Amino acid sequence: MMAPSTVHFVILAALLFGIGAAGVLLRRSGIAILLGIELMLNAGNLALVAFARQHGSLDGQVFVFFVMAVAAAEVAVGLALLVAIFRKQQAIDVDRLAIMRW
Amino acid sequence: MVMAVFVVAAVLAVVSALAAVSHRDPVVNVLSLVVTFFCVAVCFALLGAHFLAAAQVLIYAGAILVLFLFVIMLLGAPQTANDEARRPVQRTAGLALAAIVVVGGALLALTMQAVPPAAPVGSNAHAIGTAMLTTHAFSFELVSVLLLAAMVGALVLVRRKQ
Amino acid sequence: MAAELIVVAGKLLVLATLLLTAVPVMVWVERRGAAFIQDRLGPNRVGPWGIIQPIADSVKLLFKEDVTPAGANRWLYFLAPMISVFVAMLTFIVVPFGDGKGVTILGVPLGSLMVASELEVGVLYLLAISSLGVYGIVLAGWSSSNKYSLLGGLRSSAQLISYELAMGLAVLGVILATGSLRLDEVVAAQSGKPWNVVPQFLGFLVFVVAMFAETNRLPFDLAEAETELVAGYHVEYSSMKFAAFMMSEYINMVTASALVVTLFLGGWTLPGVHLEGWLGLAVSLAVFLAKVSVFMWLFVWVRWSLPRFRYDQLMRLGWKGLLPIATVNLVLVAVGVALGWKWI
Repeated sequence: MMAPSTVHFVILAALLFGIGAAGVLLRRSGIAILLGIELMLNAGNLALVAFARQHGSLDGQVFVFFVMAVAAAEVAVGLALLVAIFRKQQAIDVDRLAIMRW
Repeated sequence: MVMAVFVVAAVLAVVSALAAVSHRDPVVNVLSLVVTFFCVAVCFALLGAHFLAAAQVLIYAGAILVLFLFVIMLLGAPQTANDEARRPVQRTAGLALAAIVVVGGALLALTMQAVPPAAPVGSNAHAIGTAMLTTHAFSFELVSVLLLAAMVGALVLVRRKQ
Repeated sequence: MAAELIVVAGKLLVLATLLLTAVPVMVWVERRGAAFIQDRLGPNRVGPWGIIQPIADSVKLLFKEDVTPAGANRWLYFLAPMISVFVAMLTFIVVPFGDGKGVTILGVPLGSLMVASELEVGVLYLLAISSLGVYGIVLAGWSSSNKYSLLGGLRSSAQLISYELAMGLAVLGVILATGSLRLDEVVAAQSGKPWNVVPQFLGFLVFVVAMFAETNRLPFDLAEAETELVAGYHVEYSSMKFAAFMMSEYINMVTASALVVTLFLGGWTLPGVHLEGWLGLAVSLAVFLAKVSVFMWLFVWVRWSLPRFRYDQLMRLGWKGLLPIATVNLVLVAVGVALGWKWI
């Protein structure tokens, strides 16, 4: 048995990113969309760590840490938005957010 | 041994990720994503990034997804009966885009030549801490400002008007 | 390799035995302690001083009917107590609970008694795993399809996240003073100078208060709150599933006590005592158990002495009280480390 190489990790990252992207594009519930975005960010993190090992540098790992912080910030604001929307419409269906359209 | 762990983690990650984006019940979505993130943490550990593996569980599973769960319960689990994108165009475009990403990523990965990875970098937590506060000090400060802005923004958004 | 595996398995066995015997002993101490504080007798019929009472209790729980409420999400309802116990048991493996310096078993030097001795990010692992404990409570509250359960789960998710911050900041002070994330090095760094509790008294205070909130014990047991929520998240649970929640609560108490002892009170060391070999092992284990017992008694003592906080008071204490104090502590430690003070 060999050890998993960078290629394996990158393929896994691509798969996860694709699944997350499909979730964002195909769902209408705000929560599901945010979850999809989280998954995409995480897939990006995985690729970053894999490449960081490939190049023997730590910059990729530091960057992953920043991505985690940004993801936390994004979730805080995103969920606050969802709560605000829910109070107004009693639902978090993103297709119904059309009051700005004319 | 390492390969076996990786295969199990990868399969589990993909399966639970599929459940996370496709299941109707938002609570199941969040829980499946916990499993996915746990598997990604295992991958981090396999890549030698122990610090990030712990941080991944701590931040994603322990904080971010708990926040999701909290909001879902607060809103009383809005289970939308018909949750898929409405127009067929949206659906095909979404699937096509996701497929392009997966196939493209896989092709890219497969065309890479398997170069043996460089030597692992010494003690993980120490090295990351040093890099974060020296080379990347500016980004570090920027992230803290971003977090503060997000916190204030979230508070303003959910505050009820008196 | 095989010998090392056997040694690790042995450590694990000792640890599991200690943790699992701690549960019935604590149940007995809690019931007798409550009686003592409230000036009554408490359970004294089964065995001398009622010492076999916990066994009678567990037999009773074992034979009770295992009820699943009609509207419950069966799978999650089953999973929630499992998660609680699993997470509670997993956290302890990075805590050093004795000193095996000079002892070799099967040709393997024992070192400090810690199961996951290879793990470099010990404290971070501990915080990460214990932050998963909230899932057990939240899912129990959610899957029972009961208003009181849901309220309990909702409260505890906000409570645990809030107090985790203060707790993490208090731990950060110790890590800063030690310069390592490994708990055995935290213990080693505290010999030859005052224990961390002296220079970091504020951090110690914050940690102890947050520890009560993290283990869901009175005065912060808002997830259970008998008087308002009946029993909160585990209202619907009976039989062994209920026992699993009780077990995880007591194991969490042991872990929290062990953690505060390790981080702030020198772990298994005693000032001026330097023993090696089997005698050192026995003494260090006894010292560690004694220190942990003090905090276990503190848990019981506080529970039967203090009333429960109101929810907004709890949140105010966490965010406006503990968090700033922990930050001040961290800044003080950072200044001390930067100036190279010896006793920090």
